[in-house]
Amino acid sequence: MNLAFDIFTVSVVSAGAFFFLAGTVGLLRFPDSLTRLHALTKVDNLGLGLVVVGLLPQANGLFGALKLVSIWLLVQLSGAIVTQLIAGAVRQRGSDG
Amino acid sequence: MTILSAFDIGLVVLILGIGASTIAAREAFTAVIGFVVYGLLLSIAWVRLSAVDVALTEAAIGGGMTGMLILGAVARLRLAKGTDTRASLPVRFAAGGLCALVAAGLAIAILSPPEAIPTLAPMVMENLAQSGLGNPVAGVLFVYRALDTLLEKVVLILALLGVWSLAPDSVWGGIPGLRVYAQPSSTLTFLAQLLPPVGIVVAIYMCWVGAKEPGGAFQGGTVLAAMWLLVMIAGLKNVPSISQPWLRLLLVVGPVIFLAIGLAGMVLANAFLDYPSGYAKPLIIAVEVALTLSIGVALGLLAAGPPERVQQQ
Repeated sequence: MNLAFDIFTVSVVSAGAFFFLAGTVGLLRFPDSLTRLHALTKVDNLGLGLVVVGLLPQANGLFGALKLVSIWLLVQLSGAIVTQLIAGAVRQRGSDG
Repeated sequence: MTILSAFDIGLVVLILGIGASTIAAREAFTAVIGFVVYGLLLSIAWVRLSAVDVALTEAAIGGGMTGMLILGAVARLRLAKGTDTRASLPVRFAAGGLCALVAAGLAIAILSPPEAIPTLAPMVMENLAQSGLGNPVAGVLFVYRALDTLLEKVVLILALLGVWSLAPDSVWGGIPGLRVYAQPSSTLTFLAQLLPPVGIVVAIYMCWVGAKEPGGAFQGGTVLAAMWLLVMIAGLKNVPSISQPWLRLLLVVGPVIFLAIGLAGMVLANAFLDYPSGYAKPLIIAVEVALTLSIGVALGLLAAGPPERVQQQ
């Protein structure tokens, strides 16, 4: 049973790491701010989400698991809103930086 | 083991790289972002050294709060465009030389440690139970080195006085010039309504758990300050003028209670900042709670900056 949990963790966290890699490549390679933000939010959503899901079986009891999930939710919230604010600023100023 | 040491080496390389790029950055804004990333990486390094208390403080103060303060400074410099903000060559050489000297001194101290590293850690662990605390870091901060901790909090207020002193006489006691986000009912408003309840619970938890596990007044206070700043920047609450009595009361309540308990220790226990036996833990918790409030207000006001306008009646 433990082995199954470990295999689950390794594979799902690796999938999360893949999204982090893809998001970072996107951040470096995409041409303008809005598409770069798009790449970043994928990392927040899927990358961190998969890492958290992968770590759940290793969590320290129910409260540990809840803490992990709430970290993901908080990052989701702040990520989504910061993205909105940056995108709004880009639209207002029309800057490409 | 090998994976962990590979991770450590990677982390150290990253920290050195980010540090170098922060120094080499031509633009102030880029340098600040580099500095914040540097702080976050450093806090991961502290976690790897099992110093979670330091890691929390580094992430909150080193990365977050200091980053925000310097970012504010950069914004100010931008507003003062036209004036050449670049220091003259001799000044830059002097600054670089002094920094190199400090770095070299630190490197010598760290790279040539004495044979047996002197440590008081076993004595701390042996006597920790007397204080009723479970977290040795809190034990050192509030029992063995309480005077340092007290002075540290006083320094924070002195720093704030330094910032306030930058205000011209005409606006002394006025409202800090925190830049408020102009748009009402934006996504920022939503965040400022949703996050503070969560943040306040986290701050209380950090302060409370500090006696047993990593956490404490500084970490909790930083979270409180962040929540307060968020609410002010979103325009949900006005920035208070610095002459408000409640504001000044909150600022000093932590150090004053700490000092009062310290003075009471001279009568009730054996020395200044000594706790009467059996009452150590409740007294320390009381000090921590008051300090959390004071630190929160002080950090919030530090970030808000010097007063810029007077209250309109």
